[in-house]
Amino acid sequence: MANQQDRNLLAVIGDEDSVTGLLLAGIGNVGQDQKKNFLVVDSKTQIPVIEQAFEEFTTRKDIAILLINQHIAEKIRPMVDKYQAAFPALLEIPSKDHPYDPSKDSILKRVQKLFGE
Amino acid sequence: MSGTGPRESIFPTRMALTNTKVRLKGAQTGHSLLAKKRDALTTRFRAILRRVDEAKRKMGRVMQLASFSLAEVTYATGDISYLVQEQAKSASFKVKARQENVSGVVLPAFEVDRVPGSDFNLTGLGRGGQQVLRAKEVYAKAVETLVELASLQTAFMILDEVIRATNRRVNAIEHVIIPRLENTIKYITSELDEMDREEFFRLKKVQGKKKRDAEASEALRKTLAAAEEAPASPDVSGGGGDLLGSKDEDVIF
Repeated sequence: MANQQDRNLLAVIGDEDSVTGLLLAGIGNVGQDQKKNFLVVDSKTQIPVIEQAFEEFTTRKDIAILLINQHIAEKIRPMVDKYQAAFPALLEIPSKDHPYDPSKDSILKRVQKLFGE
Repeated sequence: MSGTGPRESIFPTRMALTNTKVRLKGAQTGHSLLAKKRDALTTRFRAILRRVDEAKRKMGRVMQLASFSLAEVTYATGDISYLVQEQAKSASFKVKARQENVSGVVLPAFEVDRVPGSDFNLTGLGRGGQQVLRAKEVYAKAVETLVELASLQTAFMILDEVIRATNRRVNAIEHVIIPRLENTIKYITSELDEMDREEFFRLKKVQGKKKRDAEASEALRKTLAAAEEAPASPDVSGGGGDLLGSKDEDVIF
């Protein structure tokens, strides 16, 4: 439980606009070893790069919440669905170009399943 | 029969019976406590579930608003994304984990921990500074919503896991442990009864043997007595005459 106290950063994987906005809010952090806590994904970004970033953000010990654009989460959906740990909390957020679709969210899917039982 | 069903491998003694009874009692208490815990958690879980659902939908609207304000910035200042990405140094918007206790389950809740940062102070200095400021505020609000949602969601995940574990335990106690203890008690009781019957039978047998022996010895004694008596009576009658007639070695005079 002690290491939960150390988790105080937010990380984001998103398109340019989402990342810019969230950085404006002040969540950006660049560590001493130039490790950023955000990844900008555009149409040219390869899926392995996203997967690697996802892996890195979910294993880092100082990240409490990982935000990921829903349409990017869609690209690595198996990985996102497989992710079950409580820390860091994984949050799928809508982006400007892709309206939010509750039926695709891995958490909401579980919520719906529990409601519809 | 007591032999059916799984039971503990235990030696059927009275002490083991007492121990097993105590354990059964403990298992029943534990079962009711766990059931209560499960109910409490489920109540909490339902409440969180509803809030998660609401918050997720709210997030959609908030993020839309935020995107719109960013669009305003882009319109006024031009593209600032590269600038912003390069200027990000250290986070001024952090979260703190706080812990909440729901019937023994620690639920983390994130709290916004905002330090007034000096990042991006020069962004939009030329034009559109106001829009940049507004976008910062709007995004900060949006992130607050996201943080709230994240803590709800984490609580949701943890509660889900804990409820599953509790359910497993409740079911294990109800369907495995309690029947096994009951079987053990039945087994011990029947074994003890069996032993009691054996003991009773043995005592009866011993008693019967003793009685028979006693009768036999009595009979023997009687026959001996009778045998002693039978030659004694003619002896007594003829004793008087024979007393003087027979030579007695002890008589020295």
